Amino acid sequence: MEIELHNLYDDFRDSDTMKAFAKLISEDAKKLTSPINIMEVCGGHTHTIMKYGIPQLLPENIKFVHGPGCPVCIIPKERIDHAYILSMQKDVILVTLGDMIKVPGSKGSLQDARAKGADVRFVYSPLDCLKIASNNPEKKIIFFAIGFETTTPMTASLLKTVVNNNITNIFFHINHVTVPEVMKELVDNDNKVDAFLGPSHVSVISGSKIYEEFPRKHKRPVVVAGFEPVDVMQGISMIVKQFIEGRCELEVEYKRLVTYKGNIKAQKLVESYFNKADLFKWRGLGNIPKSGLKLKLEFSRYDAEVIYKDILPLEEIRDHKLCICGDILRGMASPRECTIFGKACKPTSPIGSCMVSSEGACSAYYKYANTIQ
Amino acid sequence: MNKYIRLAQGNGGQENNELIQKVFYKAFKNEILEKNEDAAIIHDGELAFSTDSFTVSPLFFAGADIGKLAVCGTCNDLAMMGAKPKYLTCSVVIEEGFAVSDLKSIVRSMKEELEINGAIVVGGDTKVVPKGSVDKIFINTTGIGEIIKKGISSNNITTEDLILVNRDIGCHGATIFVAREEIEMSSSLKSDCASLYPQVKALIDADIKITALRDATRGGVSAVLNEWAKQSDICIEVQELKLPISDEVRGICEILGFEPSELANEGTFVLAIKKEDATRAVEILKRFENSSKACIIAKVTHKNKQRVILNSLWGTSRFLDTPSGELLPRIC
Repeated sequence: MEIELHNLYDDFRDSDTMKAFAKLISEDAKKLTSPINIMEVCGGHTHTIMKYGIPQLLPENIKFVHGPGCPVCIIPKERIDHAYILSMQKDVILVTLGDMIKVPGSKGSLQDARAKGADVRFVYSPLDCLKIASNNPEKKIIFFAIGFETTTPMTASLLKTVVNNNITNIFFHINHVTVPEVMKELVDNDNKVDAFLGPSHVSVISGSKIYEEFPRKHKRPVVVAGFEPVDVMQGISMIVKQFIEGRCELEVEYKRLVTYKGNIKAQKLVESYFNKADLFKWRGLGNIPKSGLKLKLEFSRYDAEVIYKDILPLEEIRDHKLCICGDILRGMASPRECTIFGKACKPTSPIGSCMVSSEGACSAYYKYANTIQ
Repeated sequence: MNKYIRLAQGNGGQENNELIQKVFYKAFKNEILEKNEDAAIIHDGELAFSTDSFTVSPLFFAGADIGKLAVCGTCNDLAMMGAKPKYLTCSVVIEEGFAVSDLKSIVRSMKEELEINGAIVVGGDTKVVPKGSVDKIFINTTGIGEIIKKGISSNNITTEDLILVNRDIGCHGATIFVAREEIEMSSSLKSDCASLYPQVKALIDADIKITALRDATRGGVSAVLNEWAKQSDICIEVQELKLPISDEVRGICEILGFEPSELANEGTFVLAIKKEDATRAVEILKRFENSSKACIIAKVTHKNKQRVILNSLWGTSRFLDTPSGELLPRIC
């Protein structure tokens, strides 16, 4: 059987289905005893929600709170400065993913470094580093690795190839983070979140099991949902049903790929190369225990943070004083409440973390809805 | 603006506009330039005058090469002002070591495309620079066209107009992106690169009431619609489903996280046509092989002036913004 790509998403963008879910949710929402705030943890969901105008389909008593799950937004200035400094080394090609190159640190962004002569490249797949390394044997390729559980196995896979093939000119600067730890931080801080929409891609790798404790221990329902508009609407409907039926459970909307246990092979791959870091600083949120990964000691010869430790600063850098990204990421404020939103802080000149990537909440508000009310 | 030029400042979108406004318009300010059209209208409205420089990697790609691009680009800018392309200059900067056979094949493409437009090259300049000073070859073409239909302007669009596009969008941008070294993808896509004068001429000959035309090059259809919304102080409302997008372009956009309407085109143009003539214009365009998917995509309103709104099938709406930043693939 031949599958065309549009067969994979057509049904999940079907207008009749969207309208039917909008009606169902509105009717169910009448039975809610109090309003609910749903946090979509992942920036991919924020993007879908804003791009497809989903808040316009929901009743007044259901609100979104935009979570911290944008892998580019959460990288603190200190670590962007590391990338900047590494890229400025004469014999280095710094490679990273997508719009990481746009984000300003205290010295500028990687785009600025490139304008000053640094060799900075972006790839779609980390494995593309192999080609860059073999085409440039005299250079050191440093992969500035970012992302949640979804992208970590790709970095692990690159490292595995590097180790097995004895490649001597690829190194790693690791900035991988994990979702449950930051969610824990958010519920511990007693924010406004009543339920979570969990990112499906993360759970394709990690399984839905990583969210078990949230309904059980923290009394917040979690629905793991896909990224298409119909997925999001169905996810919301499932959350609303839990509230009106008095349930508090972990459910999966994205059943077409998510299992309870996830992709064991990918998890093992990650475990063989990475350990949990004690602390990882998130831009806007500060230090969160056990939320980051680092290379295992036995692979430190590939670790750019070890090799270049003499030139990589460790001092802490404060976020901009007018920026309220921390509050936005905690669900305490909306982008429109920020005094610099859309004025000093825009996608072309971002100040706060939520404006830097297309997946950030402020950026999505600016791009799709900064005046449509 | 930042201290050093970034790649994003050549994107045909917000950063590009800012650079042009703050540096070039500021210095060169004059009435003709400030019209901000595809080509300048000079000599009492009788001539259109335009220039464009071409740099593309790879030089040869599915559907065209830099030579064809260099002639289409300038001739299309002239055609968009209702002009017949007549005289072009051709300047090249060539990197030491460039293959003469490649140069010949580029020039051959230019010749073929000139014939389609009925234009000739009447002057030029050739520079060779040391290896590393340019990336293989840069070409500039400058052209003069004779206006055969006066009054076409992006500053006069009203609610009496409908907005059309001549074909499916984003093919050139998608083709070039997947041809990049860092992106390992293969596709059957071809650039849409084509001369648009024959189509414009057919519309003029049929006496279609044309308000404005613009070829949707860098920044894509999104950039054109946003420029028009600002220049004519109107709101353009696009019906999402109406935008013609091929499965290949849609697929690449799904994988890499791009918007088809932000991808560059080289043979795709947007038209503002008086309502009563819109259907007839679509029929005329459809007679051309590369415009078989011509259609009406948007209406003009006063809802949010100077903005473009995209209406979904399920009744929600959002802005379609001027593209900004570099074209970067999404992360996961």
